[in-house]
Amino acid sequence: MGKGVAITGMGIISAIGNNVDENREALFASKTGIGRVVKINTNHKNDIMVGEIAYTNSQLEGLLQLPETNNYSRTALLGAVAAKEAVESARISDINEYKTGLISATSVGGMDMTEKYYYEYLEDKTVQKYIEAHHAGDSTQKIAEQLGLKNSLVTTISTACSSAANAIMLGARLIKSGKLDRVIVGGADCLSKFTINGFKSLMILSDTYNTPFDENRKGLNLGEAAAFLVLESDAVVKAENKTVLAYVKGYGNANDAFHQTASSENGDGATLAMQQALKVANLKPEAIDYVNAHGTATGNNDLSEGKAFLRVFGDDMPPFSSTKPFTGHTLAAAGGIEAVFSVLALQHDVVYPNLNYKTPMTAFNLVPELELKKEAVNTVLSNSLGFGGNCSTVIFSKKQ
Amino acid sequence: MGKVYVNGLGSISAQNTFDNTAFLSDVEYYTDRVIPVIDVNYKAFIPPAAARRMAKGIKMGIAASRTALQEANLENVDAIITGTGMGCVRDSEKFLSAIIDNDEQYLTPTPFIQSTHNTVGGQIALDMGCKGYNFTYVHASVSFESALLDAMLQIQTDESQSILIGGVDELAPHTIEIHKAVNHIKSEAVEASKLLQNKTKGAVFSEGANFFVVSNEKSQTSYAEVVDVKLINTLEADELNTELNAFLEEQNLSIQDLSAVVLGCNGDVEFDGFYDVLAENSLKDTSQLFYKHLSGEFHTASSFGFWLAARVLKLQTIPEAVVLKGDMPSEIKNVLLYNQYRGQNHSFTLLKSC
Amino acid sequence: MDALKQELKESLVEQLNLEDITPAEIGDDDMLFGDGLGLDSIDALELIVMLDKTYGIKLTDPKQGRAIFESINTMSAYIAEHRTK
Repeated sequence: MGKGVAITGMGIISAIGNNVDENREALFASKTGIGRVVKINTNHKNDIMVGEIAYTNSQLEGLLQLPETNNYSRTALLGAVAAKEAVESARISDINEYKTGLISATSVGGMDMTEKYYYEYLEDKTVQKYIEAHHAGDSTQKIAEQLGLKNSLVTTISTACSSAANAIMLGARLIKSGKLDRVIVGGADCLSKFTINGFKSLMILSDTYNTPFDENRKGLNLGEAAAFLVLESDAVVKAENKTVLAYVKGYGNANDAFHQTASSENGDGATLAMQQALKVANLKPEAIDYVNAHGTATGNNDLSEGKAFLRVFGDDMPPFSSTKPFTGHTLAAAGGIEAVFSVLALQHDVVYPNLNYKTPMTAFNLVPELELKKEAVNTVLSNSLGFGGNCSTVIFSKKQ
Repeated sequence: MGKVYVNGLGSISAQNTFDNTAFLSDVEYYTDRVIPVIDVNYKAFIPPAAARRMAKGIKMGIAASRTALQEANLENVDAIITGTGMGCVRDSEKFLSAIIDNDEQYLTPTPFIQSTHNTVGGQIALDMGCKGYNFTYVHASVSFESALLDAMLQIQTDESQSILIGGVDELAPHTIEIHKAVNHIKSEAVEASKLLQNKTKGAVFSEGANFFVVSNEKSQTSYAEVVDVKLINTLEADELNTELNAFLEEQNLSIQDLSAVVLGCNGDVEFDGFYDVLAENSLKDTSQLFYKHLSGEFHTASSFGFWLAARVLKLQTIPEAVVLKGDMPSEIKNVLLYNQYRGQNHSFTLLKSC
Repeated sequence: MDALKQELKESLVEQLNLEDITPAEIGDDDMLFGDGLGLDSIDALELIVMLDKTYGIKLTDPKQGRAIFESINTMSAYIAEHRTK
């Protein structure tokens, strides 16, 4: 039974760049991708800020060389682009060579097309091809198809904003148990009127740039993104003489079991998830060099997550920041893009700034990193917390 | 590696399956294109204050999971793993049509919250106060099998001892209409008893919730042992026999070791050929059972098949209504399940008597 | 004012699906949240939409709702003063 879970490739598309290099440059230059919504026709245009990806659907279809008859939702398009980059960067020539799987995550699925053609579906034959593109698993099936993955374990996780972190967790467990030799894990979610109005109805969208862990935070900015990692077993790494970018060292998932949408005030779920991840990684809290927080900039999340930090780390909180001011909250993809950011932090020994921060919270004495900081980063802890009380933590490390 | 046992179950379906003391003795044969579940008294499980914002899928999930837990004599579990193709899709429809019809105004959050796929798993956790591992799989016809696979992994690697797993999906009006428009739902009502002879496109849609307690320990309430489950995203029909043999070989079994096979055929003339390939070749001498003429088709309909196989193994009896072909074996030992939907997301599941 | 209070009780029961409570059972001074009727933060959001849709009152911060939705008395007083329809 293999023990190590190596990350040998990664791919990403987000509001701050269309690939890993562009994302890294924007992160290092503290350049945000947040702005006014352009591609979605919503009445809330002037009330919200979003992290939108520059490419249009037809540009993405062009990149993937899809025929005009395709029925890809934007989620599937973004997912395919990022997953392909991940597989290419892992220098995989034959995807079916080893026992390979794909675990993707999405919350929106094909909702972007369904909301466009909801009533047209009943009459208009030209748009009916998107009916089957609606359910969440469809985007994953299409990503598998784009990767050429056949006769394989392919599935989709949807646990709201912790989805992609859970995909990484499942992938790591499948490698550790020997069920798979290689697995592509991550998530994809596009912006949609559905989620914009959903979060609007919960009154947790900020009308300006999101400010995680700031006393005067006004809520989140939604974003869209996709990101995938290639995870491989020790045996494959050895046989193929692979360059290892980092390791998935630990993971934890717990349920807050407190409320349908809100997190418990004491951050029970997040505390349990972080403690579990440290246990799996066999690490003490002081071994963590950087925490990539969930930090959505809602009143509730940041308070609850901060309390959980205090419970796990006590007075020795490691440097932490939320990268949501760069990308927006990309829902099911968040754990995926933040995994890529975590690996980049390990590769380049950097800690990212928590942009837009001004005023410390009165609830506790926790101040995030405010500048890009060069320092040795050997281990990163990344949180993803979602509706339904779903809390996940993944720990990435330079060493096995 | 630890063994995995099914120690309790709860089923809400288009049949009278909620009472665990009966076993398809009173079968409903519908003549329809869409068949809803037979509702149970949800109020017996959910206090009014909690029920007032619950979608049908949540109510079904809670009632089925409480029943499964009760049967397994458990108050709580280490993990809750749910499979659902569409989640609480009625609320998704409600929220989306409100966005369109009201031009993005006056939207209330409740239907949006229920639209989140993990809302059933989250509410079950809330209901039980279970702070453990909580995953939701949403991959079409392998949503339930994904949950099963994860649970087996948890138990085999000692991460958990007892886990609640389930498959749940609900019908919703607009989703029904658009699937009628593309003939994924049959264009005319079909008599349940003639579902496979009908030879028309599409399926009879339904809904349901089938929940199970799986555990590392065999108990007096055990139904069966879960030996293995395999998910296959795509395959060609001519690869099926090879795939099946490979699946059985991993357990050092051959076709001859199978007492029966439970097939997921749904009467869709375009895709039932996948089942025929096995039924007419590798499995031609194996007793064959089917169930979608009773349960209808939905993304997690295979959880009804799993329910059927588990009960067949425990009771060592095969209800007349599910016999498709062949003599029924005197001793029922290994039962295989095969399912796919529209030629994609195939799964093999193997259960064994215990 | 009494008509408005009756109207509020009825819409509360209907909009929030309070199946086990009748409008007559809600007292003018009963606490709607917490130990009283047991409403929660999601109900508060539902009520904010009701204020907007039925009475033309827009609240931008859910925290404003706390004082307004304390009881039928506080709600009716606020609506009577601020309604635009």
